[in-house]
Amino acid sequence: MSETAIELKGIDKRFGLVHANKNINLSVRKGTIHGIIGENGAGKSTLMSILYGFYQADSGDIFVDGKKTVIRDPNTAIAAGIGMVHQHFMLVENFTVLENVMLGVEDSQILTAGIAKARQELKRLEHEYELEVDPDAIIEELPVGLQQRVEILKALYRGAEILILDEPTGVLTPAEADHLFRILEQLKAQGKTILLITHKLREIMAVTDEVSVMRRGEMVATRTTAETSVEELAELMVGRRVLLRVDKGPASPGEVLFSVENLTVRDSRGVDMVKDVSFELRAGEIVGIAGVAGNGQSELLQAITGIRRAVRGKVLLQGEPIHVTGKADAAELRQRGLAHVPEDRQHMGLVLKFDESENSILGYHWDPKYLNGVFLNIEAIRKDAAAKIEKYDIRPPNPRLKTANFSGGNQQKIVLAREMERDPAVLIIGQPTRGVDVGAIEFIHKRIIEMRDAGKAVLLVSVELDEIRSLSDRVLVMFDGRIVGERSPETGEGELGLLMAGVEDVREAAE
Amino acid sequence: MDYFDTLIVILQSTIRVSVPLILAALAGLYSERAGIFDIGLEGKMLAAAFAGGAAASVAGSALVGLAAAILVSVCLALVHGFASITQRGNQIVSGVAINFIALGATVILGQAWFRQGGRTPQLGEGERFTTVELPFAAELADIPVLGSIYSNLLSGHFLLTYLAFALVPFTWWVLYRTRFGLRLRAVGENPGAVDTAGISVIWLRYRAVICCGILCGIAGAYLSMAMTAGFVKGMTAGKGFIALAALIFAKWKPVNVMFACLLFGFLDAMSIRMQGNPLPFIGAVPVQFMQALPYMLTVILLAGFIGKAIPPRAGGVPYVKER
Repeated sequence: MSETAIELKGIDKRFGLVHANKNINLSVRKGTIHGIIGENGAGKSTLMSILYGFYQADSGDIFVDGKKTVIRDPNTAIAAGIGMVHQHFMLVENFTVLENVMLGVEDSQILTAGIAKARQELKRLEHEYELEVDPDAIIEELPVGLQQRVEILKALYRGAEILILDEPTGVLTPAEADHLFRILEQLKAQGKTILLITHKLREIMAVTDEVSVMRRGEMVATRTTAETSVEELAELMVGRRVLLRVDKGPASPGEVLFSVENLTVRDSRGVDMVKDVSFELRAGEIVGIAGVAGNGQSELLQAITGIRRAVRGKVLLQGEPIHVTGKADAAELRQRGLAHVPEDRQHMGLVLKFDESENSILGYHWDPKYLNGVFLNIEAIRKDAAAKIEKYDIRPPNPRLKTANFSGGNQQKIVLAREMERDPAVLIIGQPTRGVDVGAIEFIHKRIIEMRDAGKAVLLVSVELDEIRSLSDRVLVMFDGRIVGERSPETGEGELGLLMAGVEDVREAAE
Repeated sequence: MDYFDTLIVILQSTIRVSVPLILAALAGLYSERAGIFDIGLEGKMLAAAFAGGAAASVAGSALVGLAAAILVSVCLALVHGFASITQRGNQIVSGVAINFIALGATVILGQAWFRQGGRTPQLGEGERFTTVELPFAAELADIPVLGSIYSNLLSGHFLLTYLAFALVPFTWWVLYRTRFGLRLRAVGENPGAVDTAGISVIWLRYRAVICCGILCGIAGAYLSMAMTAGFVKGMTAGKGFIALAALIFAKWKPVNVMFACLLFGFLDAMSIRMQGNPLPFIGAVPVQFMQALPYMLTVILLAGFIGKAIPPRAGGVPYVKER
């Protein structure tokens, strides 16, 4: 088992000024699951795209099964036995499973013979690796877990011996992720080599044999998984010690600051996305809403912050009603002490083409302290921005820099600084750390706890279950538009995972 | 029998005017199914009509005319392809440009070469396409109803007409039963999937626009060398846009395209027939109303009756590899 399936020597790649991969060396043993971790932008995806022939390295060599191989395009990668499951599935959504699997390897000009052969081969693969999918199902009608299975089948159908998976669990429920890991074990048992790219340390520990860590375009270490720890890997990823556990004292909930009663929200297609949802937020507590993306969390957030009109429901902010079914508007709510950090900061939280200082007052620009009569008081705005930059450690510390030039984590800090510094009574936060690097996550989590301790009511919506569990004082689980349960954050991940997957009677199912 | 004969006449003229629509709409189908929106159908058809008329009269051969029409149309299609595939330009702008170039260039070149006010010389025998009679058309003509349908409605069209109708099932077959068709549909929906499957997105899309060019060329040749005998300036008169509307109306499906084009053709034939003739019960209808009917129908149908016409998902978007 000590043969190498893949060896990379001195891979170097630049995109203009960005040095994405710096002299990367990597050796992957045959028949193992090899993890590659690193923060966003560490160069993992670039490296894998080079291996799959999507880009060409500026210099360096690739050896597959000990033979030097020039990978010019995905075709040569496929021919060399390399298959890839992309983070964003490369599937034609209105095609059937069969058509997607065949695409590119149809055998002949006319499809009829190829279809029969593909059907047979697909059946064999399904059987061999326990990857059941209906070959005639339309992709867009399948749940994401199954769509991913189709991607894996696609690679196997092309005879892949080496399988690259790029952030495969981002879209899956914990149960689906576990299923995926079982499939990977199965593939490994059949002698396939698997490269798993992720930024989730837990997954690395759970399923890999070896793990390589990337940081800022460099390969900084390779470890045997059994001999390393989450703490060590986190430190290698970030380059300094990181506090993974969030330190927080017990909550001391006070009066109810925000309440939602029987809220129903419909999306633009006319489908009820939020169904009869009720909950309360008290001063000094963090309530987390867990759930797989797309189960109504976004619509809920939009309705209670005045962005989307609700069909029914009663919402009270500090005892005063919010007209969620009528003329509630975000600007008015902000004045009344409801701050909102939207899920998608690049589209709803920031104007990327604006200066940092302009974004740091966006939505509060009517405040007389930023104004000089009818004109903006640029000097005051910049001074105010500079103060926030210092307090929130936003880098680079330049209020005149275009917002697009900040990293994801720093962009998020700009939004947080803007909303938190208004000293709101209620803070609604969607996906606080999506696309944010580990170092910034630590900082953001600390600030959220500080807000709680200052007596604010915080609603936290996140698809990261770990985040929900470590920050929240109470956890609500949302599935198919409903709150299907309330649990304490100490509840086991398995039970929460089942709730998130819509299994109502959790205790029964767990047995 | 009088009404029946009138109906046959109208239907025959429906077929006649539908042919360029079907050819152009199928041309658009190949291009748009591959993700390249093409509002330059009109321009390509016009340029092809001119090239066909001009080449046929100079060379004295209809086939040379057809070849020239296809060649010119394919060249324009490649220009559109270069702008929108290689240069990743805006497909609408490129299409509009082609329409304007065709509109201007045909008149200028026509005047410079033939000095007949932008027309090409009248095409004589052998320089244009002639109609063909189906076997036994004359013998069967006397059989009531069926005979009349056979010899007056189905027989006596141009070869290009039969070709256009044959291209409908052929296109369906290509699209759904061949490797090229599978890839063509895939590239219009998700070029990323095609690229990662190891297929060249660029070459595939170029082949699609070439198919589009060929069919537009045939449509143009039909206009100037079959339906009439010579090119007249602006003779496409919006047929390219009607074809585009038919394509959307048909939700980018070949058989639907044929029926949509026949419907628009029928309305066109009616508007010709109705000129000066009062409609029963309604009385005289201004001819402009009848001429506007296909367009109004498109708007009304698209607005509500056919449901949402979902274009190929990657349509209009140049393919750039993700970083």
